[in-house]
Amino acid sequence: MKALNRKLWRDLWRMKGQVFAITLVVVSGVATFIMFISTMDSISLTRNRFYRDYHFADVFVNLKRAPESLKEKIQNVPGVHQVETRVSAYVKLDIKGFPEPVTARIISVPDDGKPLLNRLYIRKGRLADPAKDNEVVINESFAQAHGFDPGDRFAAIIHGKWKELTITGIALSPEFVLIMRPEAMSPDFKHYGILWMGRKALGKSYEMDGAFNDVVLTLYPEANVSDVLAGIDHIVERYGGFGAYARKDQISHRLLNEEFRQLQRSSEIFPTIFICVAAFLLNVVMSRTINTQREQIAALKAFGYTNLDVGIHYAKLVVLIISAGLAGGIAAGVWFGKMLGGIYMEVYRFPHLLYTLHPGVIVAAVLISIVSALVGTLHSLWRAAKQPPAEAMRPEPPAQYRVTLIEKTGIGRWLSQPSRIIARNVERKPVRTFLSIIGIAVACATMISSGFFKDAVAFMVNVQFVRSQKEDMKVAFTEPTSRRALYELKELPGVHHAEIFRTVPARFKFGNRSYKTAINGIEPESRLHLLLDTDLNAISLPSSGIVLNDYLGKFLGVQAGDLLMVEALEGSKPVRQVPVVALVKLYLGVMGYMDVTALNRLMGEGDAISGAYLVTDPLYSGKLYRNFINMPRVSGTVLRRNEIRNFHDVQAKGMLFFTFIATLMACSIAFGVVYNSARIALSERSRELSSLRVLGYTRGEISYILLGELGLITLIAIPLGFLIGYWLCAYIAQALASDLFRVPLVIETKTYALAASVVLASAAVSGLIVRHKLDHLDLVEVLKTRE
Amino acid sequence: MIGKEGEPNNPGEVVFQVRDLTKIYAMGEVEVHALRGVNLELYSGELVVLLGPSGSGKSTLLNILGGLDTATGGDVTYRGKTLTNADERELTEYRRFHVGFVFQFYNLIPSLTARENVAVVTEIAQNPMTPEEALQLVGLTERLDHFPAQLSGGEQQRVAIARAISKNPEVLLCDEPTGALDSKTGIVVLEALDRINRELGTATAIITHNADIAGMADRVIHLSNGRITDIKANAVKKSPGELQW
Ligand SMILES: Nc1ncnc2c1ncn2[C@@H]1O[C@H](COP(=O)(O)OP(=O)(O)OP(=O)(O)O)[C@@H](O)[C@H]1O
Ligand SMILES: [Mg+2]
Repeated sequence: MKALNRKLWRDLWRMKGQVFAITLVVVSGVATFIMFISTMDSISLTRNRFYRDYHFADVFVNLKRAPESLKEKIQNVPGVHQVETRVSAYVKLDIKGFPEPVTARIISVPDDGKPLLNRLYIRKGRLADPAKDNEVVINESFAQAHGFDPGDRFAAIIHGKWKELTITGIALSPEFVLIMRPEAMSPDFKHYGILWMGRKALGKSYEMDGAFNDVVLTLYPEANVSDVLAGIDHIVERYGGFGAYARKDQISHRLLNEEFRQLQRSSEIFPTIFICVAAFLLNVVMSRTINTQREQIAALKAFGYTNLDVGIHYAKLVVLIISAGLAGGIAAGVWFGKMLGGIYMEVYRFPHLLYTLHPGVIVAAVLISIVSALVGTLHSLWRAAKQPPAEAMRPEPPAQYRVTLIEKTGIGRWLSQPSRIIARNVERKPVRTFLSIIGIAVACATMISSGFFKDAVAFMVNVQFVRSQKEDMKVAFTEPTSRRALYELKELPGVHHAEIFRTVPARFKFGNRSYKTAINGIEPESRLHLLLDTDLNAISLPSSGIVLNDYLGKFLGVQAGDLLMVEALEGSKPVRQVPVVALVKLYLGVMGYMDVTALNRLMGEGDAISGAYLVTDPLYSGKLYRNFINMPRVSGTVLRRNEIRNFHDVQAKGMLFFTFIATLMACSIAFGVVYNSARIALSERSRELSSLRVLGYTRGEISYILLGELGLITLIAIPLGFLIGYWLCAYIAQALASDLFRVPLVIETKTYALAASVVLASAAVSGLIVRHKLDHLDLVEVLKTRE
Repeated sequence: MIGKEGEPNNPGEVVFQVRDLTKIYAMGEVEVHALRGVNLELYSGELVVLLGPSGSGKSTLLNILGGLDTATGGDVTYRGKTLTNADERELTEYRRFHVGFVFQFYNLIPSLTARENVAVVTEIAQNPMTPEEALQLVGLTERLDHFPAQLSGGEQQRVAIARAISKNPEVLLCDEPTGALDSKTGIVVLEALDRINRELGTATAIITHNADIAGMADRVIHLSNGRITDIKANAVKKSPGELQW
């Protein structure tokens, strides 16, 4: 059937405008699908390889200090495979020319330079000499943030001593794919780093010769993780163990998993929207094409083409239209995928991104799009195939019109004839009109969902760092300290106000569920650190009992009034039943909150504090950092200003990329839907419009009939799009909620405005294209040819 | 030798046998009786013209003969095989291998050239001529690669005829093939049909409103109000060139 195939290509060429519009939508859908899935697969593969080749540990244990001989006991816990002991500590850094507080975690590397677990990938330079206590390897993101290269120097306060260190190498570790300071809200490459030093040298500095305070281990595949954790906890308890935890609670690993979950969700939500829109557009286009070709179909049948032949002929057309989109979508998807992978690689550090695109993903994309396109056009294809040949030979009967509801209300009297035509058209094809409206509304909703991420993040930052944490600086002590330290801080020049806090790592248990986190004890009438509920009202802390956020409450199954089992993981490790006083809604983190006095009572420690919140004079900042660097008791300082800036910096690129993608998607949908409706309307009604022109109507007047209808549809679609956008955001917020953060459902007015503008602009562009065609309507041609 | 009224001069074998054919269109409550009991034989090699006022059922009859439409009652046999109870597949096969159709409005595929429009048929036929041969028979060798929009009405109709004859059909059914044409072009088209009827021996039925065309027929069949009112055999068959209107 070569001749028919030729017809196919020419039909395709004739419909090129519409084919292009549909292709755009299909490209967007396939591209986002491929992008999300391939990025997920690639990072997952990259991660698994990195974990495997660099022996990422299964279990992590921190403790105060234990003799090396304990290692054997740990080794003997059933299920434990390899054990490696380490020395690790948090240190303050003093970097020349960078007058901001920087902290780091320093970790020992075995003297033979070959860690058994969590091996280092050396990007540049070499490992530190195990005997030298002035050589370190630093992590890559930290090095890049400061422009460090092997050979450069900076100083660190190691066990209270200021020491100049030389960088010998720059490395990556499976343990620190994502690096985040404990308790931070987002990674901060400038103010927090990882240092690796020879075990002998580091051990000596911390008086850990023949001892360790950090253990990592791997398990046999058949090991029962919780049994192993319990076994290890039991062994290290006497040595100040802080509770062993498995890989799934390891921060870098967890955040990666969280990222996968988001990618997975996104790969479900967005491509689905596109595929539906594409199927709808195809449906409209195909049913129109088949209508205009009913006489051709009849002729083909009269010559003996079978129903199947005809059905297949049009199915081929559908598949061809989709194929262009598929090809483009796969190419764009790979491109976007690599781009997105690159963006991830700036935050998640792997030696190399192993970009993979499983053939299965392409097959899935092809199948999903073709099947949904065919399903979308099934009705039209069926009609084409089933059309009785004699029936089709008669020209299409004049469309059925009715006096519309609007006119019946009496408003009709004031409608001009063209307006009447618009009204009757809209009412004549209610399903198609409705679907067009939905299509445009979905474009608007997509746009809103992209703006929503920005709004939500801005809102979270505002709540977290502006409304809730009002301090300028947070100073943490190396260990719980007496309250007297506060007065020392208050004495410092430039400190206006100071409040204490106490943080205790703890495990909460209720029923058979448990969760490891920390209890934050703050001053009951704190001015600097407020607990806010979702209405941003400050919650006053009760003088006894604990306040949990609702996410943790739901996770543990507790309600206000229940008794929660609290197991402190510090000091004398008291285990107490504490009444849950309230559940509050918080956006970030999962913690318990107590009055500091109540917390200290629980710990049985008197007036211990973990640190202080300060309000400071900006003029004294530099001086204060220096002070803190030199105060042995201070383990680190965090600047609120830096946290905010950093939060934005880290998110910015990703946000920009997603906004870009979403805008592209929204434009393609809006353009696709509006342009298609316009072209279909034009083809259905070019005779009618030409006749009007012959009767003396101007171009403007006939454009009004056609474009007025589109304008009307667009205007109805926008508020509906706001509504759908809101639902979509609510769904996304709910789908993304985790114990790390809950996304607030906040959508700014300007997000709505932007979405509406993008939709209007796309509609206007397609309107202009159609208007151009209308202006060049060949009156004779149109009236001569039979439809 | 002159046959008796209504019989062909030179009867070949019976191609179509039509018995008590009725067709009723149900239009809501109203029933339109398009055919009210038609009896008719068509013989191989003959050329008949169907005449009758608008709405008399000519197209309906032709569509049923061509397997495009189904009857409400009665029988149609084609070379001894009953068409009236044939299923969709059998009808398709029948159309594919035995019938050539010419429509009043040409029904060419606008996106295909003249040659390709004919190829649409030759590609699926059993024993076709080449598209070029078919177009030569209607005198269109110069227009092979023109699209329908680049052809005049008469040329388009001739492409439609070429398309219909290209499969060497046993019967050729033409619904007002000259309806949209002026007399001069109409005659060119009719000449093409006449030539095919003579040279290939294709049984041909032509619907027309134009009584003058009846002159070129072996037999002229009059329909009125769904019935055959008159069948007349022409003593002398004119060539289309001699016709005028
Ligand atoms: N699909 C249909 N539904 C209802 N009635 C129909 C249909 N097709 C034809 N008719 C009616 O059947 C009758 C015969 O129609 P037909 O098309 O056979 O007439 P015709 O002789 O070919 O007329 P014309 O010379 O105008 O083409 C007419 O009254 C017509 O209105
Ligand atoms: Mg007719």
